[in-house]
Amino acid sequence: MAETVVTFRDLTKTFPGMEKPALAAVSGEIRTGLITGLVGPDGAGKTTLLRLIAGLMQPDSGDLATLGVDPLHEAATIRGQVGYMPQKFGLYEDLTVLENLNLQADLRDIIGQEREEAFERLLTFTDLKRFTGRFAGKLSGGMKQKLGLACTLLGKPSLLLLDEPGVGVDPISRRELWGMVEDLVRQGIAVVWSTAYLDEAELCGTTLVLSEGQLIASGTPREISSPLQGRCRQLRNPGHGKRSLLVHALNRPETTDGTIQGDSLRLTFQPDAQPFPPEDIGASPAAQWAEVTPRFEDAFIDLLGGGPPGESVLARHTREIPGQGDVVIEAHELTKRFGDFTATDHVSFEVQRGEIYGLLGPNGAGKSTTFKMMCGLLTPTSGSARVVGLDLRHSGTKARQRLGYMAQKFSLYGNLSVAQNLAFFAGVYGVRGRPGQKRIQELAEIFHLGPFLRAPTDSLSLGYKQRLALACAVLHEPDLLFLDEPTSGVDPVTRREFWTHINGLVSRGVTVMVTTHFMDEAEYCDRIGLVFRGQLIAAGTPDELKAGVATDTRPDPTMEDAFIELVTGKESP
Amino acid sequence: MKALSFRRLRALCWKETLQIFRDPSSNLIAFILPLAMMVIFGFGLNLDSSRLHLGLLNESPGTAAHGLAAAFVDSPSFDVEVFTDRNAMDQALTDSAIRGYVVIPADFDRLLVTAGNTAPLQVVADGSEPNTARFVDAYSNGIWNSWLVSYYEDRGLTLPEEVQVEPRYWFNPSTRSRNFLIPGSVTVIMTVVGALLTSLVVAREWERGTMEALLASPVTRSELLLSKIIPYYGLGMVSLLLCVSAARWMLGVPFRGSLPALLLVGSFFLLSVLGIGLLLSTVTRNQFNAAQAALNAAFLPATMLSGFIYEISSMPPLLRGITHLIPARYFVSSIQTLFLAGDLWNVLLPDLLFLMAASAFFLGLTARSTRRRMD
Repeated sequence: MAETVVTFRDLTKTFPGMEKPALAAVSGEIRTGLITGLVGPDGAGKTTLLRLIAGLMQPDSGDLATLGVDPLHEAATIRGQVGYMPQKFGLYEDLTVLENLNLQADLRDIIGQEREEAFERLLTFTDLKRFTGRFAGKLSGGMKQKLGLACTLLGKPSLLLLDEPGVGVDPISRRELWGMVEDLVRQGIAVVWSTAYLDEAELCGTTLVLSEGQLIASGTPREISSPLQGRCRQLRNPGHGKRSLLVHALNRPETTDGTIQGDSLRLTFQPDAQPFPPEDIGASPAAQWAEVTPRFEDAFIDLLGGGPPGESVLARHTREIPGQGDVVIEAHELTKRFGDFTATDHVSFEVQRGEIYGLLGPNGAGKSTTFKMMCGLLTPTSGSARVVGLDLRHSGTKARQRLGYMAQKFSLYGNLSVAQNLAFFAGVYGVRGRPGQKRIQELAEIFHLGPFLRAPTDSLSLGYKQRLALACAVLHEPDLLFLDEPTSGVDPVTRREFWTHINGLVSRGVTVMVTTHFMDEAEYCDRIGLVFRGQLIAAGTPDELKAGVATDTRPDPTMEDAFIELVTGKESP
Repeated sequence: MKALSFRRLRALCWKETLQIFRDPSSNLIAFILPLAMMVIFGFGLNLDSSRLHLGLLNESPGTAAHGLAAAFVDSPSFDVEVFTDRNAMDQALTDSAIRGYVVIPADFDRLLVTAGNTAPLQVVADGSEPNTARFVDAYSNGIWNSWLVSYYEDRGLTLPEEVQVEPRYWFNPSTRSRNFLIPGSVTVIMTVVGALLTSLVVAREWERGTMEALLASPVTRSELLLSKIIPYYGLGMVSLLLCVSAARWMLGVPFRGSLPALLLVGSFFLLSVLGIGLLLSTVTRNQFNAAQAALNAAFLPATMLSGFIYEISSMPPLLRGITHLIPARYFVSSIQTLFLAGDLWNVLLPDLLFLMAASAFFLGLTARSTRRRMD
């Protein structure tokens, strides 16, 4: 009974001034009865494809039919039947929830009795009834998203296009939204859900996988990951030095990809390759192999030709930092108030040299505020923040010289060239003269930035921007590295490469503090602090946190399960 | 689907109005800025010079010289400082403590009664501020002339000269510069409200991603365009009436024209600046760039090239030619006419025709660049 509502063949779209097409000869279809995941990193072409389907752009070539018609020339026919939620939800932040709904209802000629019924239905569905008088700008990410969805659903569309609805939304709200959308699918609406999160892709009914404008795979998540069946294994209890073990494991010819998962290693093997004895890479005799189900991400990386090599060239060019085990980051009763709002509430933790410490939490929980106080960008209201023994309140400048900082949006100068950005950050940190030149050259080589040195930074792909940002942050060989959501939106291979470098730096004695909302990224951390409503509600190693929420029905919970369990447990005691 | 649905248009206009009142930056531009400008232009900007600092050195002991000195001291135009030493006075001029000085020479009384000779009175003015220097010159001359008249009358004599000039200023009898500056400043205020405010609105929708949502809804192009024009037209007209009322009743500038004529000319000027603002906003899709462009394309010409402060007839020919392309020039001319002269249709009509053409041009271009698509 599934019905095909959108078909496209050889769709191509190139934007003026861009060398590569945003979409290159992409073909596929969208059916009712399931959620179609449009999967790929930022810049893969997801938004362009959605806009083409919604009739908001004209393709250069190719055939496209939305609900049986050309969406551009018969726009009027499909407007009422296609619900499109753009990335920022398309809400007017200075209008209230009800005003936003009224506007959208007026625009779609939904009046009188019909409007009242629709509002009643949607406000109940989205649980926004209590907030109708609140400004949309004052809603949380999750509530904005629900309101955006409600506005889109007003016209009772038969096709729903959602552009990255999971961005900026915590896992709990994400699960709620997912449930709502599944509900809509059961009512016969066709849904396209675009995402850069591969764990979201795993839940979709079927997927279209995009990379750099190309459709590299399509099918159900099971179909996509089935070639990896039997190739993914976890090495449990490998003993100490998991980071160097990973390097050794990835250097083996049998492996194509690998990550750290708490205290274990997770590896992907070449087809038909047998696992090597754990002792061969120096693992403890207690180590054991266990076969695990391949994930969407494993398949994606395999499609892109496997993960990067395990050894970090950057680490080889980094000096050894002595003093392993010393406490180098110290938060004591750290508190920050903005007016009568307490963003961070008596948070204390310690991080030792050579550790990766992760701050996790829903949006608006206070992790960014805590993070910014630790690197001296915000002054605490009370309590103290110390790094390498220096109080940031008094010796901020001195402390900052010792730390490298990589901000969420990478804080690069877009209209300066790559070389100019490197030179600027070298200057700022006092890496001058011949050694400075040498260091810049070295980093350009390590991060493969050579061909782009003269190119304006804005013209780089997201992955290269991220590499450049890391290069700028480590120019002055800092003892400490602060990373604020460092891998948002970049493709999984670049993310692997990034973590290879971080792991390499850490084994040289660099201390890393990171915020992330990627649950699998949290697995790289030695210890995690979970921040919720300004407070540190849980802390421990990834395995401890997961074990803490294990039950008989769920013996092997994921990091996301742990997160949701810990946060909801706190919400309704 | 109809090209224009009243319900959709009304909903969009209402949304726009709510945003104007709620957005702090719109508020600032729509209400605070005009008020501040009215105050600055109304009280701060003044091309008349009142009470200039003047030095006076009387070297003559005679009674006539004494009388002339007294005339200078008593004059409302000058704030006179009496010197006894020429060097000190020169120093005061160099220090800008005085704007000029007058020297009554030692033999003034004798020279005055010597037939065929005019008494040499020395007037020195600080030329570094030409406008002020001209005031020093003109006011000194005035005092000298009126003193001379009374001097002769006192002695039962008539002035040697036969012809005397008695100027009469039309339209602005008190020759207050405020009376033409205030109407001119209404032009600048309307430009700010019209062009600067609207330069932000379409770009803001693009930046916040709401345009994408609107384009995906059944809204038509004309609804989109009209919903951006109507609320800001209303806002602009309100500020026009407020400015004119403030000028008339608070600042005491006479208004001799009629309200319908004001509304007519005002409407078309407003539409032309709205057109400029919307065009820039639509083309740039970026608030910062649009505001910068609006500043250069609308606000600066309205201040510098509209004839509101700087006389167009004294500009070099090239600039004078350029002023003909600037809507503000025609509105300045119209509104100054309306304030100071009345409904002079032989002045208003050509202005009005140009403003209509400019409105049609800019709004037409905006309509052309408004697309129902994103690329």
